[in-house]
Amino acid sequence: MTISEYIELLFNDYTLRTISIGTAVLGALCGMLGSFAVLRKQSLLGDAISHAALPGIAIAFLITGTKNSNTLLIGALISGLIGTFWIRGIVKKTHLKSDTALGLILSLFFGFGMLLLTFIQKMPNANQAGLDKYLFGQAATLVENDVWLMCIITGISLLTIALFWKEFKLLLFDADYTKSLGFNTSFLEVLITSLIVISIVIGLQTVGVVLMSAMLLAPAAAARQWTNSLSLMLVLAAIFGGFSGVLGTAISASSNNLSTGPIIVLVAATFVLFSFIFSPGRGLLFRQIRFWKNRKDLELYKTLAFMHTIAETHENISHPHAVKILNNFQGYTKKSLQKLEHLEYVTIKGAMWSLTEKGYQKAKNLYNQQDTVNE
Amino acid sequence: MSSVQIEIQLIASLVAIACAIPGTFLVLRKMAMISDAISHSILPGIVIGFFLTEDLNSPWLILLAALTGILTVILVEFIQKTGLVKEDTAIGLVFPALFSIGVILIAKNANDVHLDVDAVLLGELAFAPFDRFLFNGIDLGPKSLWIIGTILAITLTLLITFFKELKLSTFDKSLATTLGFSPVVMHYGLMSIASVTTVGAFDAVGAILVVALMIAPSAIAYLLTNNLKKMILIACYFGVFSAITGYWLAHILDASISGAMTTVLGVLFLLVYLFAPNKGLIAVLYRQKRQKTEVYLLTFLLHLQNHKEESERHVQHLNEHINWRTVESKSILSLAKENNMIKIENDIISLTRKGKEFTTEAINYITTNKSTAIEDMKDRFFLFRG
Repeated sequence: MTISEYIELLFNDYTLRTISIGTAVLGALCGMLGSFAVLRKQSLLGDAISHAALPGIAIAFLITGTKNSNTLLIGALISGLIGTFWIRGIVKKTHLKSDTALGLILSLFFGFGMLLLTFIQKMPNANQAGLDKYLFGQAATLVENDVWLMCIITGISLLTIALFWKEFKLLLFDADYTKSLGFNTSFLEVLITSLIVISIVIGLQTVGVVLMSAMLLAPAAAARQWTNSLSLMLVLAAIFGGFSGVLGTAISASSNNLSTGPIIVLVAATFVLFSFIFSPGRGLLFRQIRFWKNRKDLELYKTLAFMHTIAETHENISHPHAVKILNNFQGYTKKSLQKLEHLEYVTIKGAMWSLTEKGYQKAKNLYNQQDTVNE
Repeated sequence: MSSVQIEIQLIASLVAIACAIPGTFLVLRKMAMISDAISHSILPGIVIGFFLTEDLNSPWLILLAALTGILTVILVEFIQKTGLVKEDTAIGLVFPALFSIGVILIAKNANDVHLDVDAVLLGELAFAPFDRFLFNGIDLGPKSLWIIGTILAITLTLLITFFKELKLSTFDKSLATTLGFSPVVMHYGLMSIASVTTVGAFDAVGAILVVALMIAPSAIAYLLTNNLKKMILIACYFGVFSAITGYWLAHILDASISGAMTTVLGVLFLLVYLFAPNKGLIAVLYRQKRQKTEVYLLTFLLHLQNHKEESERHVQHLNEHINWRTVESKSILSLAKENNMIKIENDIISLTRKGKEFTTEAINYITTNKSTAIEDMKDRFFLFRG
């Protein structure tokens, strides 16, 4: 299937269109809210919440006996929130550290959920099949109503973020200052955590309990590499998330036996990998290049400083010296000498070099002033 | 009890002990979430191992999958070292990616692999006794029992041999390094054990529930003791208890054994979380309330010491000046009186000699010992605590 064929199919095929829009909206929503989670150093909270939602789904099914996805999602929401607040309670009131609290809630709730799920499966009720789609997610079961729900949640999240923009921003970067200014920080924290929980619960049906955390983290981690501005990061994360959704759906639709959730996660992971390596400001590649450049400059300045110590002993700073005496000096190369000449720090006549006034001043002030030109 | 039931409980108990030992150190080293990451990311290792050996119980498969676990740790540390993201984000990025690769590998080869994701994640303990280990035609018991038994034996040997090194590097990394114990060897040794245990236990209890067996008993033990040896023993005890109780719970409900084991652990944790002496929620809240009252009392005594004039020492004045509600001021007044620190004449409060002594000493203590608790002093002066 070529790309143009796929795009044509996207416009004609109802199911594919619904799924694509759904995963795109979901990706954007998760990317946006995930940025907050990543910046608040709560990356693994998403993992814990998504696992903690499982017993809620099972209990909601046990109580109502229906598979209506909205009822199940409310169950998931409640148990996700209980898990979240229990984590907070454990960290605040006992000696247990946050990683232990996360791991505890994650595994205990998930285990309880599994107990309920296996219990439900053995019940004499034909209705129970399909609950396990929440484990690994099935994007194919998305219907138009689900997509509308996602859009509404996205709208609400956008509105909340816009409304509390400066408070959230302040809270992210300086929580103590926010408190001292008189903002109700616990309200803000509960608000942002609730939004994250809601977005996780919404995504469970599509990507599943196990992979939901990556939907939250990956786009945000990728976006973080490209910018230092919060607003730009949110926008970028939303774009990355949306694209992972669409591309993931496309790849899994074009091939048999490929579930959507894992593919979306892998696409998002590719975005992260790409950003880690190629982002201009923080990326590993450019960082290495900068590192090499700095090392070269350092060698250059070392040579200049050495020349300075020689020139210092003469009354006339531009007194010529033989190039030979530089030979044993570490860091000296023909190239670096040429570069020094190019920078007009030295002049070369035959096999003799002499420091210029500019070079002399530069070398003199090398250690006592901060030179930022080459950073 | 049939022999199958006994075997299941035996396997479950051994798994619980094998998990509790590395789990204790993970919890103490604040690396609990690494076990979650390992448990997910061994999936591609298991799948590839299964393609190569076609036997879920082969030692090569266990080794290969354990290597994937260690690879996860190395990847997480590499990403963390670049400084591009924080450690928790690094964990959260690595394991879903590896897990996804595993899921896709399984899905792509679904036709010729008898392996599904559910089995790897959730395990099925009930079937474990039916896969027998035959040697020269003699039945030597279930294979999983041998696997987990071997892993437990290795873990125990390493634990006993390197106990003091482990203890030292867990509680004081820099001292351990200065004394010449390589923290890298300790770290990766522990990670390898955690990874091998996770893999060895996955077909008994499932990969995700290994996390529960590693963290929950250790967390429970952490709330109950401050002694490392006791902590390991308590963790093992609760692990085995939950294994056996969980088995019978599952038997009654006709549901997943590993799910039931985790549920028992969950209930145990909730109980310990609420009622543990000293570290439990109720004990902490009680202590905080007491400390609050005693701080009030101290402020009150300081106020009395600072003011000679009678108008400042009138009973009614407390409500106005120090801004306490009537109930609070009454209870603090009576506490101070019970402890013989004040006397009241005609509604005018004055400090007794003991009260003066306490206040002077407390002031001295607060200004000179900034970080240490004032508890000792309170024990000496108070007849009744707040």
